[in-house]
Amino acid sequence: MKQVLAQAVALALALVAALGLALPNAAQAQGGPLRIEITEGTIEPMAYAVPAFVAETPGAQQYAEQITQVIADDLTGTGLFREIPREAHISRITSFESPVQFADWKAINALVLLTGAVSEQEGRVTVKFRVWDVFAGTELGDGMQFAATSDGWRRLAHKVADQVYSRLTGESGYFDSRVVFVSESGPKDQRAKRLAIMDYDGANVQYLTDSRSIVLAPRFSPNGERVLYTSYETGEPQVHVLNVGAVQSQIMSAGGGIMSFAPRFSPDGSKVVYSVTSGSNTDIYMRDLASGTTTQLTFTPAIETAPSFSPDGSRIVFESDRSGSQQLYVMPASGGEPTRISFGQGRYGTPVWSPRGDLIAFTKQNQGRFHIGVMRTDGSEERLLTASHLDEGPTWAPNGRVLMFSRETQGASGTSSLYSVDVAGRKLTRVRTPDGASDPSWGPLQ
Amino acid sequence: MKHLSKALMIAAVLGLAACTSGDRFGAGSGTDAYGAGAGANAGIVPGSASDPKSPAYFNQTIGDRVLFLVDQSTLTPQAQATLDAQAGWLMTNSDYLAVIEGHADEQGTREYNIALGARRANATMEYLISKGVAPNRLKIISYGKERPVEICSEEACYAKNRRAVTVISMGLGS
Repeated sequence: MKQVLAQAVALALALVAALGLALPNAAQAQGGPLRIEITEGTIEPMAYAVPAFVAETPGAQQYAEQITQVIADDLTGTGLFREIPREAHISRITSFESPVQFADWKAINALVLLTGAVSEQEGRVTVKFRVWDVFAGTELGDGMQFAATSDGWRRLAHKVADQVYSRLTGESGYFDSRVVFVSESGPKDQRAKRLAIMDYDGANVQYLTDSRSIVLAPRFSPNGERVLYTSYETGEPQVHVLNVGAVQSQIMSAGGGIMSFAPRFSPDGSKVVYSVTSGSNTDIYMRDLASGTTTQLTFTPAIETAPSFSPDGSRIVFESDRSGSQQLYVMPASGGEPTRISFGQGRYGTPVWSPRGDLIAFTKQNQGRFHIGVMRTDGSEERLLTASHLDEGPTWAPNGRVLMFSRETQGASGTSSLYSVDVAGRKLTRVRTPDGASDPSWGPLQ
Repeated sequence: MKHLSKALMIAAVLGLAACTSGDRFGAGSGTDAYGAGAGANAGIVPGSASDPKSPAYFNQTIGDRVLFLVDQSTLTPQAQATLDAQAGWLMTNSDYLAVIEGHADEQGTREYNIALGARRANATMEYLISKGVAPNRLKIISYGKERPVEICSEEACYAKNRRAVTVISMGLGS
């Protein structure tokens, strides 16, 4: 897998020829480019049409159909865009080079048209595409093409969708990314857990550990090459590091009888913050991976856990029950006096700093319900995005606009699955996985 | 429920014995209490829950677990009574080591519950040590909310999952 992926990455990134004649800034001529603002609370999804990409070689038919479908799923899945069904299309796109009949797309109220073509040769798939502003009658950005080995076709589709998303929102995309999580099977009292990795949309699940030991809360390194997680392999919970490509793991924290958990990388990947339990006390420590030097960052007798760095590496948000209940605090990354930032009703845990730096996501418990929420980094403007029997453990999409989390259903037959929700709380989506799933960690854009 | 009430009775008896012995940290009084009891009772099946020297007696008759209130690690009077009996048994049966497993119910975040389970296990261990069990025979581990014994999502189940379980095993070389 590693080899294939590496090839796909190399090929995909080798890309990029501008195709055809883009009309520069044409959309701006009529008062700014076609743009959807993704921070607004309620919006009308932008209507788009994506006729099946044209198969340009005999072997490309199947890929063309599948790639078109994945692109549409990516875009519609954001809640920002609404696909106009193919049955409503008036024009047929039979050649990538044919002129677009804008009147036909205007007639069905498509604001955006996406056209593309796929070819396949000797195990390599190439996709090219164009994005059109239908009402301006112009191309949005340049045509592009991506290529990969045929088993990397889903990544090609995600790359196209990321480009479209980016051009229409002004934000970077997040579709060509992976999520590491805990795959779960069996009833609650005998649950088997193993680490797994998948595409952001639940495709291509691969298992990284077996289920002999309990494994919890994997966390991607910033470059996606390593994963920190907590395993009971030695009997007590301890932090391990796994190399994703080689699927090899080693214990990070040494020492029998010491429980360590809740690890997370620093933004440059050189340090790990985590919790260590000694007696009844749980504190936060930081380890420099190169030197092995360990520094204690918190010193109260309370439970301090779930640390997460700010994207500039200067601060750490964490949870503590020093006030008597779980609340969120921010401290300098070198330790020192923390500032409490959560003051609403209920208990707050598992804070995660957005990669954009603007928000902190968290789990909130209040009156028997669980919520995923976000607040500004000073604790203001708290917004709850979800509510259920048990929602927990948010993780940010690489662009900081979407969160994924675990939801466990109630009762004896309760199971855990992954959901995603955008920061406006508009679009809640279940991420399909083969078995139960929990503790997602969203990796970088590839 | 049956186990609990039995454990309570036994625990109450042992509590009395401990008070009158005046030898709080001595292993002797515990041995006497158990030894005399075992000898006097006819029809004891060795190794069964009625044999005071058996692990089954520890697990079932005394009770291997204590329960906690929501988000608490304070030992209730009931829990203390059970632990008094556990301490007595452990001092009598000095070949055994114990791992105390701390657990939480599902109403909490994963990381916090690991720390909370550790608090519960540690409160239990500290109590056993205060009653005379040698610290080097005891060890704690927290499972957080990963290993519930009851799987309904109601207080009746949660109450049983908020627990510290003393898991005994034969030690080496003693």
